[in-house]
Amino acid sequence: MYYNVLKILKEGLNDNKGWKKTWQNPEIKKKYDVIIIGGGGHGLATAFYLAKEFKIKNIAVLEKNWIGGGNVGRNTTIIRSNYLLNENEAFYEFSLKLWETLENQINYNAMVSQRGVLNVFHSDAQRDSFVRRGNSMIINGADAELFDVDKIKSIYPFLDYDNARFPIKGGLFQKRGGSVRHDAVAWGYAHAADELGVDIIQNCEVTGFKIKSGTCIGVETNKGDILANKIGCAVAGSSSVLMSKANMNLPLESHVLQAFVSESLKPFIPGVITFGAGHFYISQSDKGGLVFGGDIDGYNSYAQRGGMDMLEDVCEGGLALMPTIGKARLLRMWGGIMDMSMDGSPIIDKTHIKGLYLNAGWCYGGFKATPASGWCFAHLLAKGASHSLSENFQLDRFKNGYMIDEKGQGAQPNLH
Amino acid sequence: MTRPIRTKSSLINTNKKLNFVFNGKKYEGFQGDTLASALLANDVKLIARSFKYHRPRGIFTSGSHEPNALVEIVHDDYNEPNSKATTVELYEGLVAKSQNCWPSLKYDLMSINDKFSKFIGAGFYYKTFMWPSFFWEKVYEPVIRKAAGLGKLSKNKNNKNSEKGFLYCDLLIIGSGPSGLISAYIAGLSGIKVIIVEEDYVFGGSLNNEIFKISNMSPQAWVQSILKEIRKLSNVRCIENTSVIGMFDHGVFGAIQKLKESKLEQIFWKIVSKKALLCSGSLERLIPFQNNDLPGIMLSGSIRSYLNRWGVNNFDKVLLFTNNDDTYVTALDLISNGINLIGVVDTRDNPRIFDPKIKVFKSSQIISAKGKLYLKGVDIVNKVGELTHLKCDYLGISGGWNPNIHLSCHTGVRPEWNEKIYAFVAGKTNVSTHLKAVGSANGKFSLNDCILDAEKQVLEILSDLEMKPKKYSLPKIKEQSFEIDPFWFVKIGSQRKWVDLQNDVTVKDIEMAYAENFRSVEHLKRYTTLGMGTDQGKTSNVTGLAILASLSNKSIPDVGTTVFRPPYIPLSIEALVGSSIGKNFKPTRLTPTHNWARDNGASFTETGLWLRAEWYSQKNEFHWRMSVDREVNSVRNSVGFCDVSTLGKIDIQGKDALEFVNKVYCNGFAKLPVGKVRYGLMLREDGIVMDDGTTARMSENHFIMTTTTVNAESVYRHLEFCHQCLWPEMDVHLISTTDAWAQIAIAGPKSRKIISKIVDKQFDVSNKNFPFMACKEITICGGVLARLFRISFSGELAYELSIPTQYASSLVSYLMEIGKDENIIPYGTEALGVMRIEKGHAAGAELNGTISAQNLNMGKMVSNKKDSIGMVLSKREGLNTLDGLRLVGLKPIKANHQLVSGSHLFNSSDTITPINDLGYITSSCYSPTLKSSIALGFLKNGNSRHGDYLKASNPILKTEVIAEVCNPIFVDPNGDRLRE
Amino acid sequence: MIIDHPLLGPRDASEFIYLGDASLLNRPKWDEEKSEDNFYKYLYLRENVAGMHKELWFHQQGDRSWLVISRNTVTHEIFKVELATEFKKNMGKSND
Repeated sequence: MYYNVLKILKEGLNDNKGWKKTWQNPEIKKKYDVIIIGGGGHGLATAFYLAKEFKIKNIAVLEKNWIGGGNVGRNTTIIRSNYLLNENEAFYEFSLKLWETLENQINYNAMVSQRGVLNVFHSDAQRDSFVRRGNSMIINGADAELFDVDKIKSIYPFLDYDNARFPIKGGLFQKRGGSVRHDAVAWGYAHAADELGVDIIQNCEVTGFKIKSGTCIGVETNKGDILANKIGCAVAGSSSVLMSKANMNLPLESHVLQAFVSESLKPFIPGVITFGAGHFYISQSDKGGLVFGGDIDGYNSYAQRGGMDMLEDVCEGGLALMPTIGKARLLRMWGGIMDMSMDGSPIIDKTHIKGLYLNAGWCYGGFKATPASGWCFAHLLAKGASHSLSENFQLDRFKNGYMIDEKGQGAQPNLH
Repeated sequence: MTRPIRTKSSLINTNKKLNFVFNGKKYEGFQGDTLASALLANDVKLIARSFKYHRPRGIFTSGSHEPNALVEIVHDDYNEPNSKATTVELYEGLVAKSQNCWPSLKYDLMSINDKFSKFIGAGFYYKTFMWPSFFWEKVYEPVIRKAAGLGKLSKNKNNKNSEKGFLYCDLLIIGSGPSGLISAYIAGLSGIKVIIVEEDYVFGGSLNNEIFKISNMSPQAWVQSILKEIRKLSNVRCIENTSVIGMFDHGVFGAIQKLKESKLEQIFWKIVSKKALLCSGSLERLIPFQNNDLPGIMLSGSIRSYLNRWGVNNFDKVLLFTNNDDTYVTALDLISNGINLIGVVDTRDNPRIFDPKIKVFKSSQIISAKGKLYLKGVDIVNKVGELTHLKCDYLGISGGWNPNIHLSCHTGVRPEWNEKIYAFVAGKTNVSTHLKAVGSANGKFSLNDCILDAEKQVLEILSDLEMKPKKYSLPKIKEQSFEIDPFWFVKIGSQRKWVDLQNDVTVKDIEMAYAENFRSVEHLKRYTTLGMGTDQGKTSNVTGLAILASLSNKSIPDVGTTVFRPPYIPLSIEALVGSSIGKNFKPTRLTPTHNWARDNGASFTETGLWLRAEWYSQKNEFHWRMSVDREVNSVRNSVGFCDVSTLGKIDIQGKDALEFVNKVYCNGFAKLPVGKVRYGLMLREDGIVMDDGTTARMSENHFIMTTTTVNAESVYRHLEFCHQCLWPEMDVHLISTTDAWAQIAIAGPKSRKIISKIVDKQFDVSNKNFPFMACKEITICGGVLARLFRISFSGELAYELSIPTQYASSLVSYLMEIGKDENIIPYGTEALGVMRIEKGHAAGAELNGTISAQNLNMGKMVSNKKDSIGMVLSKREGLNTLDGLRLVGLKPIKANHQLVSGSHLFNSSDTITPINDLGYITSSCYSPTLKSSIALGFLKNGNSRHGDYLKASNPILKTEVIAEVCNPIFVDPNGDRLRE
Repeated sequence: MIIDHPLLGPRDASEFIYLGDASLLNRPKWDEEKSEDNFYKYLYLRENVAGMHKELWFHQQGDRSWLVISRNTVTHEIFKVELATEFKKNMGKSND
């Protein structure tokens, strides 16, 4: 079903009785060319690009619950490509470029809204590192601007310029950054993949891998065994649990990251703002809610909920940056489970088991990576070789000492 | 118009009038009113507009589950949007206004949306606005954003502050209805520590809404009598106006207390309780039918509350619509107050007859509400399809009751379906939970059952806590019954039937979502926004689920459940912050000489939590560079001092202290003699540099380690890890002495002269007897204990002097006095930074967590001959590549060109692409010594490139400078000055 | 969360700093043939179970002891809290 405004008018006049399923509920086939485990943003994007760009037919996405129920539906919806290290920046900039044309790729309005991402800084040392980062962005073809305080004041007059414990000294701004309606990303990719013949199977939990003499030939599920030539796992948050079924131990820890939304308010925050003297980032959704978040709770967890300390911590950061939101009321909070990797960067790689591929370790950068992750993972699955933009995201980089450590925190996942 | 006086009511003080203003018009209410009850009593029915279609909205409930009556409260200093009129306690002078409407509540232009509702149903925006793509940010989105949003956030800060507090108890009781009060009473008598919190501004919960008898008393009198008993118990604390907003792991609860007549606005309580009882009652559900969102349509139980508790008796023609018995209590109360009850429309075929006076339309449904801005009447249809029109002003609906189990979901426990009451009850799992639902919140819908349930559960808790109950008595109540038939929504009719009143989600939206395959509950919620409003769908979620179940021919529990997330009610961000605002966001650490520095012209900079003097301005200096250059020159040519107390100091003692130090640093310490200091490089276990500093061996088994300022805490924690977790058998003891000892660097060619003047006579600080890297415990100024280290960060002859913190400011004053002849000066962190760059010392900017010893040209320091943290993994291939980064110095070819930190390095003929990126500048400054801009940076294969010219490219600031690569040690590369 | 410190009694988890899987107690020997591989596994391939997890916490705002906590990562329920030094002793050997 092709969506556009005429369709809406036509169906509206028909009392909206003619709408078809956004994606189908197909019967499971016995065998697929490629199975993607995980019906989240990355898994669905992978399936879409496999079909669209790499012309693979006969693809299935297996989702344990309902599609889009993992981190693609549990984040603060920010997109940006403002990374320090070239390995990351090139990849995320590719992702941002894909976001920019997403609606027309998938015929679904995920409301990609490039209203700018501002990271404020509070010290000379922070400024220096933002300059280095901004330069990396530009060198990799992204946009970046360094704002002084006056410029920030003119755009964001509601920040604390008078009484801040850590005064704002400037900011790194990416105009092309912004936010996206997160759920619609999953639904849109599902819709578009479905149109290309991908089987999206919900409530289908993978319980094991069928491995014969070092080759993975299929999966065991609660709906029976399904065979495939290639199997890609994209289940961030649960990667360790899933891959342990193939006896693999991953360089990951699972942590909970909370997100918060306020009551709906008339718009006053343009774009995304990130605090530099505490963990806090905020934007305002099209519906009017302030969407904000902070740091991970910091301990291994598979519970999709966090503690009150982090809630208080995030709110403190928020008020330190912008005291004006003090009167806004917190409406809802929730948690998502992050694959926190040992260097803060993702993994898109083959495994030592033939036919089994891994997409994992997104820490809390996974949402913005969705299109590029899907594209590069699809490339790997289709061609058996890494895409040049993800060739550094290797599983064995820790063994060989080629870490991609954006924050310089070392093998301490909760600090990335 | 003459307004009737209130009925003889329980909780309204008609002797105390309160004036208030709503939408510019003056009204009167009474003490005890909420804004909602006062508005109803004044015949104000139209209160707000809905979120999407801007439909007229009135008061729907009488509590915090209100979806409709959201208003803006106008205070002197700020406005409070999205306030529920049903929970705002009326006060003299209250001013409120409607929000989300223009130009007025009655004539709201945005209600045009309602006319186009066919085209803007659930998720319409996902299917359009895609072309042309740049139109989204420019045209479509601004329009959508402007239209969205409910209230307007007040940007003003109010004058009242918020605070936080901690409470601890054995039993937390949430809610003070019958179950809560009985629980508090029995538990309190036993002597355990009990806290009972009530969301409302009066205790009693649902009992305030009733007029039956308990132990021959009115419910309100009974509440007062038992409260009196409870309040006699010193181990029970009763807090009203307090909502428990969340339950977190291990019995941690958050609660927000609103204060009246206080300097504080509110207190956010963190309550830690061994056990908790959820006595939060139950919430009535709606029944969707055509136009069921008109003002005048309310929940049946809420009409009863307004009648009984608030004495609102200007309900004129009232009709009720139900599928359960509870509505008949409302009917009887209306009749007994002489209100014109049109009748009860009951979906059941054989409802019990409560009173022949009540006209019952059995086996009937309301199919449509009539009216434009207010309810005027309804059409009802019976089993055989006969249509009747009934005129009415108010309609009370009851689709049954949901136990209010919001909090029980917060720790991940899913609710369970109960077929007897057609509602979800709190889930039971094998996970130990601190919370048990009691009474009506536990699905016990008769008062008797509530009280017995409370008794049973409290006795269980007492037995768990190994406490014995004391003698108590329970009230006598006439037996009631509760019967319900499942009836979820009216199927007849093709017009819109509202499920979520706030977000304008209708049955049609749910049908459409279902057709489009949004069939999981979570999909449905996200696609239609059902239950996403400020009420979190407390009155609508289960109904939505039932409609989904009916569409998919499944049972409700098979379709899914509805899981509530914290907070129970929305609470302001400032409430969660308390007093940690403005400058109190984080503590401020001051150095021991802070006040002295302040009085001597210093300006300060934040270094983590510390405030450090960055430079000291003198009279004629109008630019910071003048001060910094002067300070550097003074140190290089004479002498200066700097407070370096912020460096971490760790005291290490024990028989195995030497071995310990030798294992935590990658370079050798095994042969460090007593009385000597050594530079130490500390790696993380992954082979990357964690920190650097010096460690002094004061005596055989006593070492003093310094760390960088920023890593003081993490290095200490790491050492404790090494000791407690890796080598607990070692005899070593660690303590952080950062705050106990002040440390003053005294640097410059004249520094020995200064030191000799303060060191007590018996200590010899001559170059021979106290050479470079010597250390000693000494006394100064006639007996003050001190530690002297001959170490240098500036590259000059220098000392660091440690003294107990309390002497620091006297010491620096004294240094100024005795150093007059040498023109001694204090210097700040900027001069310190310039001198360390001139000297090529790596600092925070270089030790960025990705840098190895190799990168710092210190690869050879990593000893292969011993075990040390990080040694093994520092040998990995990736950390030892041939073209790895090396620390280099950089000098612009033209002295007036400025090198900027953060610039990337490229061969001068190369294009600016990632592949050609050779490294980056970490630190830069103007060197008054070299009279040029200089910088440190990391460059691929840097050691073999000394003498090459590169471009330092800084595209973000649009600058590019050609610079020569050089030795990072710009000043005194052989270190002669240190040893003079 | 509330952590029942073996010496100090119940304390709020916000007083503690989390490190990770308690296998970090088992540091490999530095001078063996496969040391590099052992250290790689020790540092990077830690347990990440959904379920019972032994893990290290540091009482930063307290007595500065390292604790080994047995906690369920799905429910957050804590079953045991021990001093790391005691735990290590009970492991029967020290890994150095």
